[in-house]
Amino acid sequence: MTEANSDIAEYSLRLGDDALILAQRLCEWCADAPLLEEDIAIANVGLDYIGRARMFLQYAGELTGSSEDELAYLRDSAEFRNLLMVELPRGDFAFSMVRQYLLDEYESLFFAGLKQSKDANLAGIAEKTLKEVHYHLRRSREWMRRLALGTEESHRRSQDAIDELWGYVAEFFESDEVEERLVGLGIAVERRDLEQAWRASVGELAAKTGLMVPDDDLRQTGGRSGVHTEHLGHLLAEMQFVQRSYPGLKW
Amino acid sequence: MSDAGEMSEATDLTDQERRFEEKIAAEERIEPKDWVPDAYRKNLVRQMSQHAHSEVIGMQPEGNWLTRAPTLERKQVLLAKIQDEAGHGLYLYSATETLGVTREELIEALHEGRAKYASIFNYPSLTWADIGAIGWLVDGAAIVNQISLQRTSYGPYARAMVRICKEESFHQRQGYQIMVTLAQGSDEQKQMAQDALNRWWWPSLMMFGPHDAESAHSAQSTLWKIKRMGNDEGRQKFVDQTVPQADIISLEIPDPDLRWNEERQHYDFGEIDWDEFMQVISGNGPCNRQRLGQHRKAHNDGVWVREAMAAYAARERDAEGEGES
Ligand SMILES: [Fe+2]
Ligand SMILES: [Fe+2]
Ligand SMILES: [Fe+2]
Repeated sequence: MTEANSDIAEYSLRLGDDALILAQRLCEWCADAPLLEEDIAIANVGLDYIGRARMFLQYAGELTGSSEDELAYLRDSAEFRNLLMVELPRGDFAFSMVRQYLLDEYESLFFAGLKQSKDANLAGIAEKTLKEVHYHLRRSREWMRRLALGTEESHRRSQDAIDELWGYVAEFFESDEVEERLVGLGIAVERRDLEQAWRASVGELAAKTGLMVPDDDLRQTGGRSGVHTEHLGHLLAEMQFVQRSYPGLKW
Repeated sequence: MSDAGEMSEATDLTDQERRFEEKIAAEERIEPKDWVPDAYRKNLVRQMSQHAHSEVIGMQPEGNWLTRAPTLERKQVLLAKIQDEAGHGLYLYSATETLGVTREELIEALHEGRAKYASIFNYPSLTWADIGAIGWLVDGAAIVNQISLQRTSYGPYARAMVRICKEESFHQRQGYQIMVTLAQGSDEQKQMAQDALNRWWWPSLMMFGPHDAESAHSAQSTLWKIKRMGNDEGRQKFVDQTVPQADIISLEIPDPDLRWNEERQHYDFGEIDWDEFMQVISGNGPCNRQRLGQHRKAHNDGVWVREAMAAYAARERDAEGEGES
């Protein structure tokens, strides 16, 4: 495999892992949402993420000779490449919604960039994904307003969630050698360039809803190189249970 | 109408009652704007809300395997299936609300034990094969019932059933597909599939309710054409369509009395354990407390979210009002 191809496989794996791990967290809301309409909406978003995970993992697998399921079910924690934010436990509804919002703002910028990728497969997945992200973002912005402007309790819970999540934002905009090489080839998105626009959007919504943007002292990173939180191992234990208990079978 | 006896009997009815009875007799749909006897309304609220609650509570045993689905494709299909069920719950709550009750009241009745849901969901889903068995058997049995309800006399209920039936056959197929895969798999997988069939078979037959002669609400519901099929008739249909499907994948139906009856052109099958049936109905099944407890917990955890929604909506309305003035 050429260096470019192995970089592309790694890149696709990272994006697949982001989607897969968040999908898993969204699945945890099944039959636990605050109202039936939200059970349906969360499932909708979850389905988009599972679909996205499959596309990216299939592409990574094509380049490395594995199946999507081998990638999802047979790697251990250190081999996962997702952003740390998506693996955090789902928390209360405010935590899940604020996380979704912060990610949606990021993804709307990221996939608009990836749509321009010189790699046709990545560009194709990005184009499909971007449509979904626009819908997700419309929904999460609406929820941010509801929660931040709703009641004292919902405001407090939203603020707590932002405070908790903010330390994981730095990783959105952190690059490494793999990505730098792919940026040079016009394949990957230069994520550093997204930060200003992201901060502007989030800052604007915070200002309108009276939420405080936390300071940037805490910078938890490491997901892209396989250094995760304690939470990922538990998530994987659950997700991979059947495949690990009965190796090599068809399901 | 020339019959004297019929005339005198009819005069006992008010005009409203007569119009209602005529519509039922003529197979016309009753619509929300139509006058209905209070007992008809109550009977419908009971049945429709029970149906709605079943869709929603049914998400739990399947959701139990969502995070452990063995492939990404299975996870995706299962999530889509569960999402459909939530959608069915929503159509049915909305259809029930046309009878002048709110969803909040219906949920309160569920939590207080005044409303029921399908007892089948009080059984646990213990292995991945149970997800196959639930789709194959539970959705399979539900379809038989729901197809007949497409002709139910209350318009909003009938229309909800038409929508729901379109989605149900996918549910049954994805379940059977899981069973097919397991039945063709390793010995452990075959065992898993057989074990799931063993546990879900009888509860699936129970889904059709008691024998017609012993069914509390059947007679009146049938007269009003709310119910369009007998419990025993539905059960027989289900057995007849399911046994050959089990044969194809060499799984054994756990009933020593099951055999084809050439004369009747139906399968004969054994008697349901009605003690178990009564136990589960009256709240003592393996998961009754767990299911209701989970529903209550989600509802209570969501109070602050619904309050925030309401407060925000009120705020928006006020802002609009000011804008207009
Ligand atoms: Fe979607
Ligand atoms: Fe359903
Ligand atoms: Fe179904």
